[in-house]
Amino acid sequence: MKLTEEQVRHVADLANLRLTDEEVARMAGELGEVLTHMEKLNELDTTSVEPMAQVLYEAEETATLREDVERPGLGSQVALASAPSASAEFFKVPKVIER
Amino acid sequence: MSAGADIRSLTIRQVKEGLAAGRFSAVELAREALRFAEAENPKTNAYLHFCPERALAAARRVDEKLARGEDLGPLAGVPVAVKDVILTQGVRTTAGSKLLANYIAPYDATAVIRLEQAGGVILGKTNCDEFAMGSSTENSAFGPVRNPVALDRVPGGSSGGSGASVAQGTAVVALGSDTGGSIRQPASFCGVVGVTPTYGRVSRYGLIAFASSLDHIGPLARNVHDAALLLGVIAGRDASDATSAFAPVPDYTALLDGNVRGARIGLPKEYFRGLASETGDLILAGVERLKQLGCEVREISLPHTEYAIGAYYIICTAEASSNLARYDGVRYTYRSPASATLSDMYRNTRGEGFGAECKRRIMLGTYVLSAGYYDAYYLKAQRVRNLIARDFSEAFKQVDVILTPVSPFPAFKLGEKLDDPLEMYLSDIYTITGSLAGIPCMSVPCGNTAAGLPVGLQILTNHFNEAGMFRLADALERSAGRS
Repeated sequence: MKLTEEQVRHVADLANLRLTDEEVARMAGELGEVLTHMEKLNELDTTSVEPMAQVLYEAEETATLREDVERPGLGSQVALASAPSASAEFFKVPKVIER
Repeated sequence: MSAGADIRSLTIRQVKEGLAAGRFSAVELAREALRFAEAENPKTNAYLHFCPERALAAARRVDEKLARGEDLGPLAGVPVAVKDVILTQGVRTTAGSKLLANYIAPYDATAVIRLEQAGGVILGKTNCDEFAMGSSTENSAFGPVRNPVALDRVPGGSSGGSGASVAQGTAVVALGSDTGGSIRQPASFCGVVGVTPTYGRVSRYGLIAFASSLDHIGPLARNVHDAALLLGVIAGRDASDATSAFAPVPDYTALLDGNVRGARIGLPKEYFRGLASETGDLILAGVERLKQLGCEVREISLPHTEYAIGAYYIICTAEASSNLARYDGVRYTYRSPASATLSDMYRNTRGEGFGAECKRRIMLGTYVLSAGYYDAYYLKAQRVRNLIARDFSEAFKQVDVILTPVSPFPAFKLGEKLDDPLEMYLSDIYTITGSLAGIPCMSVPCGNTAAGLPVGLQILTNHFNEAGMFRLADALERSAGRS
């Protein structure tokens, strides 16, 4: 299986990832090779098998939600400290709305 | 620090004895450990950065407790290295990525809090594959790590810096993270002990997420006792991580008595088929030593093994594509400088910031989750994951532990496998099955090849049987003439 460059560009669009033309060409081959290996799973009939989304133990487990008690958050100053661009209370991004 | 202990081979027990006997203070040890690690680091690039202020503050707290005669905690004064995907408040945390090159973590991971509460002294943060994606630590944006055992070879990955620091003697123990083998494989390549505990055994709060249904934090150490002790410190329920387990944490060092008579060992035939190599010979010699200690060895079958790589790389890339969506230039330090629109800013930031392997996995993960492919890939992989987990639960009805190699080969040369992503993925075969099942597994040194390269033996056991796993690993370590 080989992906077309058009398919690679579509997936890169979905992933919000800018790729160079050279990267697109290389990905088409590399992704295709890995996807071909993944198709091996189709040898198995799994119609009666439940999907395993999370590790389940045979051990006894109880409710996994913690009690709903108030805890202090990081605060905006700390949360914004590593932002590339911020004001006192907000992250700043390029303008998205024209006035 | 006065004579009596070589810093390269220091153990937790020796630190404890040295402090108790007044041979050195925690601050003296921390200073000497930092001096040694900083001087040695250029050989391997194991550490990305050091945090001397934090280390000395932690050491001073230990010395104050010592002076007051208080309980010091099980890790008192022990120099620790922490993989740079684990958050350390006020200290740079990069995940080996250009995107986070200047990121200062705003809070501590729970594992970090616990190890400092136990008296541990964090010296610095260790190099790793970018966002923990890789098997050689060559995917770090800050240059590869060299294996201290053979400097022209990789230390394994993704916790290559943690494995190398423990092997090099620049940390007594280290924290790593493991999604598909990222603790066990570097432990094997560097000749140290590495443990992936039961899924949920250690809180992941403050671990930079790669694949959330598979991510673990675990210890690396120079012997089984130290790994067991460190796991005991960081394990246990944490309200900040809803996936952390409630099961009580036993004293993992209690059963390290060398008595493994009657232990039932399974050797999966699928793993040993065609393993005609030095690695295979060393593993079988290790099994033979355990047999002589009274273990019962039998062949077992894990029939779905050959489907594990496909299932693993679908699940981990799908989860990674989702987890890495947050690095968009808004919150985390790096933003592409010249982007007129919001959409361009996202795309350019990610295109410039992520390295080749991260891009590959984001693309694969996005593809397998995209409209029309979700059922065929992601859901299918989750069903196959269930079959692989069932293989193990069936096996553990017959045996207590399963022994396998960690890697098909010992440490390879830098650059040797970098151009073939599929081959690199296929080399993870022995470690990813246990990750998919969420069972505890570890690598314990099992001899060296003729060229002097370490080979690790993998021990896998049922959920929450870490104590049994450590007992066997300790017996193997003793049988090799170590104690």
